[in-house]
Amino acid sequence: MYTQAMDLPTPAHEQIAARGPMTLTEREWQAQFDAKLDRGDFIEAKDWMPDAYRRTLVRQISQHAHSEIVGMLPEGNWITRAPSLKRKAILLAKVQDEGGHGLYLYAAAETLGTSRDEMLDALHTGRAKYSSIFNYPTLTWADIGVIGWLVDGAAIMNQVPLCRCSYGPYARAMIRICKEESFHQRQGFESLLVLMRGTQAQRDMVQDAVNRWWWPSLMMFGPPDGESTNGGDSMKWGIKRIGNDALRQKFVDATVEQAKVLGVSLPDPDLRWNEARGHWDFGPIDWDEFKAVVGGHGPCNKERLATRVKAWNDGAWVRDAALAHARKREAREQRAAA
Amino acid sequence: MATDPVTPQAPAGPGARREWPLWEVFVRSRSGLDHRHCGSVHAPDARLALQLARDVYTRRQEGVSLWVVRADDIVASDPDAKPELFDPAADKIYRHPTFYVLPPEVDHM
Repeated sequence: MYTQAMDLPTPAHEQIAARGPMTLTEREWQAQFDAKLDRGDFIEAKDWMPDAYRRTLVRQISQHAHSEIVGMLPEGNWITRAPSLKRKAILLAKVQDEGGHGLYLYAAAETLGTSRDEMLDALHTGRAKYSSIFNYPTLTWADIGVIGWLVDGAAIMNQVPLCRCSYGPYARAMIRICKEESFHQRQGFESLLVLMRGTQAQRDMVQDAVNRWWWPSLMMFGPPDGESTNGGDSMKWGIKRIGNDALRQKFVDATVEQAKVLGVSLPDPDLRWNEARGHWDFGPIDWDEFKAVVGGHGPCNKERLATRVKAWNDGAWVRDAALAHARKREAREQRAAA
Repeated sequence: MATDPVTPQAPAGPGARREWPLWEVFVRSRSGLDHRHCGSVHAPDARLALQLARDVYTRRQEGVSLWVVRADDIVASDPDAKPELFDPAADKIYRHPTFYVLPPEVDHM
């Protein structure tokens, strides 16, 4: 899964804190850094990098990681109610993948000098965002298929360019993630195909889920390029390679054809083929809804965050006990060796 | 965030952090190949580090063998010392077989 909230502006206090003029050495380092980016070289963990590049990456990668972890919740909701053992095994594997993706990404962010606990604290206290898509509820089994098809489909569009991002550890994590996402999207589409070959009630259930997830999926690509505040820097730094609008259009073009195969309609009366552009035109997106959900007023924001905080707090004794046990055993081994 | 109810009986000092230490994970994808770095995990000890590395990095038969190494036990070269360390090899082209021009009859040697 994926986050669009990555594209948030640098908060004012961070900009102000962005210190005075560079020293001569720093200017040299900056020149080397720029040259590396121009050559298409990767930046690695211990290489010199501008503070703003590091901050942007920490914010983007950690919010991406949070999205993976919070993204486990809407689907986890259906593990015990999956309609067959096969679907349950598939869903378990998918949710486990999301957890894994979160861990790859936290590890990538940690190479930039932040700690896992700092990042989790930012999530749990609401300072860090995660993708707004996970603040919508999963009301029926068809939602699980539609999440795979649309939400993971949008995620793949967004994530594939990140495999070429200039920061090596992030790019490598994204390569692993993209390989696994393909399973997510395909299993979703296949489970919807099965429903569409079922009863009228099952077909209606799919159509209802598509109607609810279509617009939030388009919002996953983030605000239009003109309004996205950090897009310019991210492009310059090779963190972002393709603009939000171009990615969104690519997603719409691909999805319209898939919807035909599935036999569902997409809930947009303005959707029509534009011969001149060679793309599908689509209607206006309700950005007020997007802003409200990002701002904490989606249907499930409170529940999602409360669930994560509770899981973290309830697990504290396990983490502490495991650490205490490891230390005790280490001490015992040292005594035995002495 | 609510404060944790548990106060661990951990020793004071630099090693007393509550976060599980970081381990670097290396996977041999099949026999005949080297172990390759693939990522990291947090774990309280080596045994759990292996277990977690299995769950995080080999869910699709990506490996037949795992190494885990405490991240703070790894000694790395200084990235700023890259020129001193690695540039001297740049002008030693005679270390490569292609440096030697041989007659075509024996050039496949």
